[in-house]
Amino acid sequence: MSKINESMSLANPAPPFLDMQQKLASALGAIGLLILLIALGGYRFANPMYGLMASLGLICVGTVWFSIRAYLTKSAGIKNDGVYFSAISYRGLAAWIAGIVITGFYILLYWFPQVLGQVEGANRGLVGLFDPLSFAIKGSAASQWFVYGVLYTVAILAFGIKFILKYRHNKYQVVRTISVMFFQLGFAFLIPEFLQALHKPYYNFANMWPLNYYFFDGYNMDSYTGGTNFGLLMILWGLAMVFIISPILTYFYGKRWYCSWVCGCGGLAETAGDPFRQLSDKSIKAWNIERWMIHGVLLFSFVMTAGVLSTYFSSEPNAWISKNGFLLIMTAIVGVIILFTLWKKEEISQSGKNVPWYIIGASLGVFSLVLIAHFSGYFLLNAGALRKWYGFFIGSAFSGVVGVGFYPLMGSRVWCRFGCPMAAILGLQQKFFSRFRITTNGGQCISCGNCSTYCEMGIDVRAYAQKGQNIVRASCVGCGVCSAVCPRGVLRLEGGSADLSAKTAELKTIHITEDQIKILS
Amino acid sequence: MHIAIIGNGISGVTAARWLRKLSDHKITLISSESKYFYSRTALMYIYMGHMRQKDTQPYEQEFWAKNRIDLVHDHVNKIDFDQKELHFKEAVMSYDKLILALGSKSNKFGWPGQDLEGVGGLYHLQDLENMERYSKNLSRAVIVGGGLIGIEMAEMFVSRNIPVTMLVREESYWNNVLPSEESSMISKHIKHHGIDLKLASNLDQIIDDGTGKAVAVLVKETGEKIDCGYVGLTAGVSPNVGFLANTGIDIGRGIKVNQYLETSIPDVYAIGDCAEQQTPMPGRRAVEAIWYTGRMMGETVAYNICDQKIAYDPGIWFNSAKFLDIEYQVYGTVLAKPPTNHASIYWEDKQGEKSIRLVYDVNSKEILGFNLMGIRYRHEVCEQWLREKTNIESVLQSLSLANFDPEFYKMYESELIQQYNKQTGKNIQSKSTRSWNLVHQFLKG
Repeated sequence: MSKINESMSLANPAPPFLDMQQKLASALGAIGLLILLIALGGYRFANPMYGLMASLGLICVGTVWFSIRAYLTKSAGIKNDGVYFSAISYRGLAAWIAGIVITGFYILLYWFPQVLGQVEGANRGLVGLFDPLSFAIKGSAASQWFVYGVLYTVAILAFGIKFILKYRHNKYQVVRTISVMFFQLGFAFLIPEFLQALHKPYYNFANMWPLNYYFFDGYNMDSYTGGTNFGLLMILWGLAMVFIISPILTYFYGKRWYCSWVCGCGGLAETAGDPFRQLSDKSIKAWNIERWMIHGVLLFSFVMTAGVLSTYFSSEPNAWISKNGFLLIMTAIVGVIILFTLWKKEEISQSGKNVPWYIIGASLGVFSLVLIAHFSGYFLLNAGALRKWYGFFIGSAFSGVVGVGFYPLMGSRVWCRFGCPMAAILGLQQKFFSRFRITTNGGQCISCGNCSTYCEMGIDVRAYAQKGQNIVRASCVGCGVCSAVCPRGVLRLEGGSADLSAKTAELKTIHITEDQIKILS
Repeated sequence: MHIAIIGNGISGVTAARWLRKLSDHKITLISSESKYFYSRTALMYIYMGHMRQKDTQPYEQEFWAKNRIDLVHDHVNKIDFDQKELHFKEAVMSYDKLILALGSKSNKFGWPGQDLEGVGGLYHLQDLENMERYSKNLSRAVIVGGGLIGIEMAEMFVSRNIPVTMLVREESYWNNVLPSEESSMISKHIKHHGIDLKLASNLDQIIDDGTGKAVAVLVKETGEKIDCGYVGLTAGVSPNVGFLANTGIDIGRGIKVNQYLETSIPDVYAIGDCAEQQTPMPGRRAVEAIWYTGRMMGETVAYNICDQKIAYDPGIWFNSAKFLDIEYQVYGTVLAKPPTNHASIYWEDKQGEKSIRLVYDVNSKEILGFNLMGIRYRHEVCEQWLREKTNIESVLQSLSLANFDPEFYKMYESELIQQYNKQTGKNIQSKSTRSWNLVHQFLKG
């Protein structure tokens, strides 16, 4: 027998998928990027506003035109032809170049903003190019974060339109994508910028702790509580998001209400990241790494936040709650976590015999640190350093550089799957305290593997579907693509309270029941 | 006890998995096609670039050793049933029990030129390699036969912008299985994708270029000559039992088995595509080359070998497929040419890409079947209605329970009720909505 190429494509690995218009559209987009590059190189446009608008306009027009040719010329349906023959979507040269460029951009953004033109006094370079827009929106000069916000939003909008065209037959995908575009443009970009224009603190109402890890930082709380009722409202809203709104929504809809409908990281992954979703690792080994890593980050964020808050409330006698109040709240939170874990002990131990004890041990550990700090005035770990390292490793390196920079190599949800503490919390709620699950359709599964291949979270969906078992996984962000690509109509995202305790039960796809066997034998 | 299984398709693999669940016997799984089990139904997606070959393997490679299922990647040339031995090219293996899960082969009906280079079916990995080999600069492919495999092959070539002609014997696509409305919907859809669908056309012969390679086909009805670089033979499959001729095992179209999947030779079982039921269940065919029947036989045979006797029972008929962009599901009995006591309620959307058909008995009013295009229905719910011979009117009243389309999709169940009211002058109203809690309540009774 002859050897089989991994992609099975011996002869025709790159069929002519691009027509002339698509090439022109790509060229327009490339010119748009080139303008940014020219600005980065230090060239000063006579009218930077025109330069910027030309650049962003060309990028948008190029992306949308390309997508119209790619999808509207064909009948509506699943459009994965050639995904594994294409260099950009299957780790070819183009993917490596894209990965390196994006990674490089993030490194400059976080640690070398001066290279982007962010300097004292008048901005230069790329940041300078964005100054007129920044003045128009909020009356002050741009920063590297403004540049980032604009580009991020443009990416979600332009590639969001692409995604909608690609999935125009699937109303769930269309509605969901409009939602992420709306939340990015409105909540993540315009509202915070307008707030700043009104001299209010920067605040994204759709972002919450622990993804928003600076929420509880002293300077941030000071800025909120600095005398205005509006700032206090922000704090209360942030706490309500964490403790009330998100648990309720997650109970009814699963974590998808956030991860694939609202969140900006999710929004970018679902739109600009869509061509890379199949690159996520589906192996059991990757799943094991994922579980340790994401919950490790969650613990890190707990310890860090507890440290920051302990220090803050110890040193600020006039803070908006007292030191004792803080201890009381922490006792309540830790108590609820421990009681919940004991209540759901059986269910939780299905994920690993010792998992309930890990949760209880970690909670008590964090609590002891808080307790000691309360009485001694010292947080045993250096809270300031913890915060700094968290910001460096998790906030910048993981979520930004690796999270987006590695899209073309490791898939679009590396951060969401391995690193995001928000996803970890929502995932635990989804797994143990939610109506959400993906149901399978009786015996229709043919084990083809489309669902697993296109799962951006690396879930081996097929392993459940072919057994007729519901998919209840902490990591599932409910994007619905498994259901969309299934050729046999097997998967459905669903919520229900009738069988909450049995939602993970193993079902049989086959018409043999244990009863029948007993009768016959 | 050593149980040898020849064939690592869905039937053989399911048998191996269930044998391991139920027993501690030594299990050997033999295949010359591929060392690791892959999903045959996903072959098309490899060619189209949706997946890599390894993505079509449902189990990781460690799975087999972990479950103590020995894999042998070799070809069995001869079976010695008397000595209970399998003969490979260089080795001999003895067994205590043998499961034959040999699968199918593509049908060839003695057409001149059917064995030329550049001619092939779509069943094995090797068929896929063959398609790849001829795909470069392919000016046209001709596909002979209009079943489920034919349409898959057409979609594959279309995905690479290769022009396709389909020669279909029937006067409308798959109208020996689909009722005429659905059949004409799919025929239109095929043409809409730019496929040159030639109906009521048979292959006369495949023409040799003089070097043993196909260059054109002749159509029997019109005598038309169609130049092409590849000819796909997709006129169905039949049991792959050729090498068992004259070995003493009882063979008809397939290997004859009783309801316990036992062949005419003791300790030898046959399952999946290659098995032929001596007494098929009412309404079922003796040979059914379907994914799920293979899976059911695999499980059944494992119970029987482990001394828990159970008859093979495929249950109520169901199936599914995808015709280019249109998904298809069927539950129960939906006949292309229905007898007079079968009545239909049929609804089709304006674009002609979605339809729902309910079939019921005009006399007893019991539901007989569901046929769906572009709409998903829930297997368990339909099956329960069919099993309980539910009255068509109560099915209609709670039809929304069956809807399995994604959230936000428009639901068309009320259209069916309107159709029924129009046809019968009655005034049925919908009494149910789609919700998992209601479905759960319905299924648990």
